Amino acid sequence: MTQASPIIVIIEDDPAIRLFLRAGLSAHGFHVFEANGGRQGIIEAGIRKPDLIILDLGLPDMDGVEVVKAIRKWSFMPIIILSARSTEQNKIDALDAGADDYLTKPFGLGELLARIRVAIRHSVSSPEQKQSGIFTTGALKVDLLKRQVFISDREVHLTPIQYRLLSVLIKNAGKVLTHQYLLKEVWGPPYSDNSHYLRIYMSQLRQKLETDPTQPQYLLTESGIGYRLKV
Amino acid sequence: MNIERPNPDELLARVEREQTRASRGGLKIFFGAAAGVGKTYAMLLAAREKHSENMDIVVGLVETHGRKDTESLLEGLEVLPLKQIEYRGTALHEFDLDAALKRKPSIIVVDELAHTNAQGCRHPKRWQDIEELLDAGIDVYTSLNVQHLESLNDDIVQISGIRVWETVPDTVFEEANEIELVDLPPDELLNRLKDGKVYMPQQAQEAIKHFFRKGNLIALRELALRQTATRVDAQMLDYRENHFIREVWQVSERILVCIGPNALAERLVRAGKRLATSLRANWIVLYVETPELQRLPAEKRDGVLRILRLAEKLGAETVTMSATEMSSAIVKFSKERNVTKIVIGKPTRRGWKRFLLGSVVDMLISDAHNINIYLLGSPRSEEENVDKSETSLYRKSPLPGLSWKLPSRKKDTSGYIWAVAVIIASTGLAYLMFGKFELANLIMVFLLGVVFIATRFGRGPSIFASFLGVAIFDLLFVTPYFSFSVSDSQYLLTLMAMLTVAMLISNLTANVRSQAKVAGYRERRATVLYAISRDLTASQSEDEIVRAAVHHLYSEFGSRNVILFPDANGRIIYPADQALPESLQGADLSIAQWVMDHNEIAGQGTDTLTGAEAIYFPLSNKETVLGVLVLLPVNLRRIFLPEQQKLLETFLSQIAQAITRVRLTEHAKKAQVEMEAERLRNSLLSSISHDLRTPLATIVGSASTLVEESNTLKAEDKLELSRAIYDEAQRMSNLVNNILDMARLDAGAIELNKQWIPLEEIVGVVLTRLKKRLEGRPVTVKLPSGTPMIYVDAVMIEQVLINLLENVLRYTPDGGLVEIMAEVSSFAVEISVADQGPGIPEGYENKLFEKFYRVRHEAAQSGVGLGLAICKAIIEAHGGSIQAQNRPTGGAIFSFIIPQDHMPPTMGEEE
Repeated sequence: MTQASPIIVIIEDDPAIRLFLRAGLSAHGFHVFEANGGRQGIIEAGIRKPDLIILDLGLPDMDGVEVVKAIRKWSFMPIIILSARSTEQNKIDALDAGADDYLTKPFGLGELLARIRVAIRHSVSSPEQKQSGIFTTGALKVDLLKRQVFISDREVHLTPIQYRLLSVLIKNAGKVLTHQYLLKEVWGPPYSDNSHYLRIYMSQLRQKLETDPTQPQYLLTESGIGYRLKV
Repeated sequence: MNIERPNPDELLARVEREQTRASRGGLKIFFGAAAGVGKTYAMLLAAREKHSENMDIVVGLVETHGRKDTESLLEGLEVLPLKQIEYRGTALHEFDLDAALKRKPSIIVVDELAHTNAQGCRHPKRWQDIEELLDAGIDVYTSLNVQHLESLNDDIVQISGIRVWETVPDTVFEEANEIELVDLPPDELLNRLKDGKVYMPQQAQEAIKHFFRKGNLIALRELALRQTATRVDAQMLDYRENHFIREVWQVSERILVCIGPNALAERLVRAGKRLATSLRANWIVLYVETPELQRLPAEKRDGVLRILRLAEKLGAETVTMSATEMSSAIVKFSKERNVTKIVIGKPTRRGWKRFLLGSVVDMLISDAHNINIYLLGSPRSEEENVDKSETSLYRKSPLPGLSWKLPSRKKDTSGYIWAVAVIIASTGLAYLMFGKFELANLIMVFLLGVVFIATRFGRGPSIFASFLGVAIFDLLFVTPYFSFSVSDSQYLLTLMAMLTVAMLISNLTANVRSQAKVAGYRERRATVLYAISRDLTASQSEDEIVRAAVHHLYSEFGSRNVILFPDANGRIIYPADQALPESLQGADLSIAQWVMDHNEIAGQGTDTLTGAEAIYFPLSNKETVLGVLVLLPVNLRRIFLPEQQKLLETFLSQIAQAITRVRLTEHAKKAQVEMEAERLRNSLLSSISHDLRTPLATIVGSASTLVEESNTLKAEDKLELSRAIYDEAQRMSNLVNNILDMARLDAGAIELNKQWIPLEEIVGVVLTRLKKRLEGRPVTVKLPSGTPMIYVDAVMIEQVLINLLENVLRYTPDGGLVEIMAEVSSFAVEISVADQGPGIPEGYENKLFEKFYRVRHEAAQSGVGLGLAICKAIIEAHGGSIQAQNRPTGGAIFSFIIPQDHMPPTMGEEE
């Protein structure tokens, strides 16, 4: 865990939103730096070494997706995207470019704080998990070394593809993964058009892991974008 | 019968005449009997007078021929520069039409109305230039000699022995607003000639001297005076008509000129014109094309076309008819059109031929009652010529390049060979029968052979077979045998009868054949027309119409073609779409523009811009020119033959009609959409004013309290106010989202992103999204087993379910059970959301889905009234339907059906 208070860089051109974010986040013990454009944002991200970046997609000087790509060249720091409803495709592009999560405007502070916590925990806890080789969330437990999956300590048998899908989700637990990304990781690039493969396997996974597949606890659907493993 | 009231047609024609006159410029012609009478001088004097009255008058072109007194008149007048045209190395100077149109004076002086322009000018004739000036609203002064009038052409030849090639259509002369006769007695003119005051080109001096004989000049003067007098007479009639002086109304005359493919035709047309002018009658030139005439060589048919064009230029209506028999067709046509006088050439058949085969004129005279018939004779030499050309008709080969081929000459010779073979066979058969049967039966065998030849090979071979048969019969079967002499005179009668019967049969059968052929052409034409009209009717857009039109025009006329339309500014542009294989590339846009602006045909084979490679047709309906068809002819004849031209005209009008129809439909559709949009805007405004203002009022009120009273407010009040702001802002956000969704759906901007999705995933997303708000409400989900996949846009269908559930939350009491049910078949998926609330008021089941509709207006809990409208739009975009019903057990059920026309994807089992 970090000793000092976590640092967040906000890249957003609307001063009113910056104001509300700074007020809200400072009150929760975050150290906040602001940038009103993409270029300045990239510089801030380099200088401040933040624990997390909040990035608005609609920036005046450059495309938010480009900002994600620029930062991803040298850092895996979590990035949460803010977007308006009209920029659905931008959102997917940004996630594909390496962003971790997204929020659609308008949003409440509570929602944002929850996402920030998940993102920071995920980024700092993963090395630990790699060491133990055990992943747990709720009643779901996965032994990544022995390739065993348990629900409430009852072992569940998965097919190789189902397991591969689950392991990709675990590797990126808490992060929103686009359909494209999952297809590429599990089936390989030639399958990137066959999104129904993914949907069928996700449905099979839910049948095996969820108590009520219509109200999933772990394997969440991000409508129109992809999936996320809840942690 | 006397017609007492003005004939409505005539009234209409007068109104039209006046209307065109109002916008057109006026034409003043300085008219004279011969060169040198002082037309140009008189014209310039008149121009100077106008100039002194401060009128905007310019000189476009004046031929002074170096005469000093005339040249002096030009001083002080604005003279337009001439256009220089390079023609075979020499520079020619011509009147610059475009400069004149651009300068647009109120009056322009252009000398020599009958002048022929050099190649490269827009129009081949100057009178066409002047027509265009008049159309542009410019008044024109011009000069004309009597020998250049088209209808007087023959008379001039007779008087002077010189044929004048530069002619002006009589219509131009007749439609002139003013004619000023410039007259000079012949003696004075001859004196001026002697003094060298009359211009004469060096090379033609002899001919012109011949022309300027006193006798000629007197005759020409008489013609000019008479022509002017006729016009004055016409003006007086016009005046009386305009002032409704009834007595002059007479039975309106209609003259029919019947022409054939011979040298007489041109004279007939001119004579008809003169008769029509003197009677002030409408006149029609009719060409009846019988099957024989259709077999004419190409040059002959072109000649007829030329005459028909000439007639049109002289102001006649021209009609081409196909008929098997000429006189009855003429009589029928005359009756239909109320013709009072027929002008026709003298019969060409004479003596026994006329008696036996009849003549069109004789039949006309006996059939056409109440119609006066004028016969026009021709000089002897021409008549012989006519006969010769007529007999030669049958031997010449048919038209090349026509899509219907007539039997070729090769087939003709094979017909004669067949005739010999068949007669030999008949002879053989008759020989076997000889002695056992009566001679009459033997004759039957020969006749049978003749009929066979006639049905298969037409007239020539069958007549040949008749003669051959009779000869052989006489030679072999009539005593004395092996001699052409006949011993018993009664056999002479038998032979005569046999020959007559054989000839009659050949003739009849040949006629039937040619009628069948004509019927064949007609049917083909009908089929072609049917095909294009069917395709045009089926076309729903202009693109489709153009594609169908281009295709049919290509297949019918063998010509690459393109249809050009004007852009928003009325400039013709090349279509941006991909060219069709039949499309013509490289049409001249400036010619197309001219055609568009003038609603007249131009290009190769026409009167305007003859140098162009293609032909440009205006595509117009009654009111406007819609576009221009450019056709690159492979063979001019294939387009300008009367029947082809008629077919093309029908094509054009069909295309124009189809385009008009589509445009009107689009227009109506647009108007409807606009009306709907207007209605929506209004309801949107009223909705927004209420639904957005209410939360805004709370937000502004609470926030201002927080700002202004921050020191005095208690902490709990502050919290209360802040929460109110938060709640209302949330509500506004939902409203705005709905409005934006609807706007996007309305604009059609959203494309469905259909994919195969497990049904449970959609339901899962919806329940997760509404989790908090559904607390305290039992929800049951009944999905078919086996997690079926459906092919939809998941985000949209989720939106539908969310909207339906929000409605349930909004309008039913807490604690009521909510049910989500789905059924999937291989054709459709049906999803329902049911509640146990108060249900839907009677009769409102469909109204619910209208935009901005709310059961209870202005109620606090209601939304903006878009939720269900959005559902409906989304479901309809998926090709499905949505409906609301009350359940028999109480509560409402909303269900939607989406058709599934794809087979669900299959995946190989793993492991």
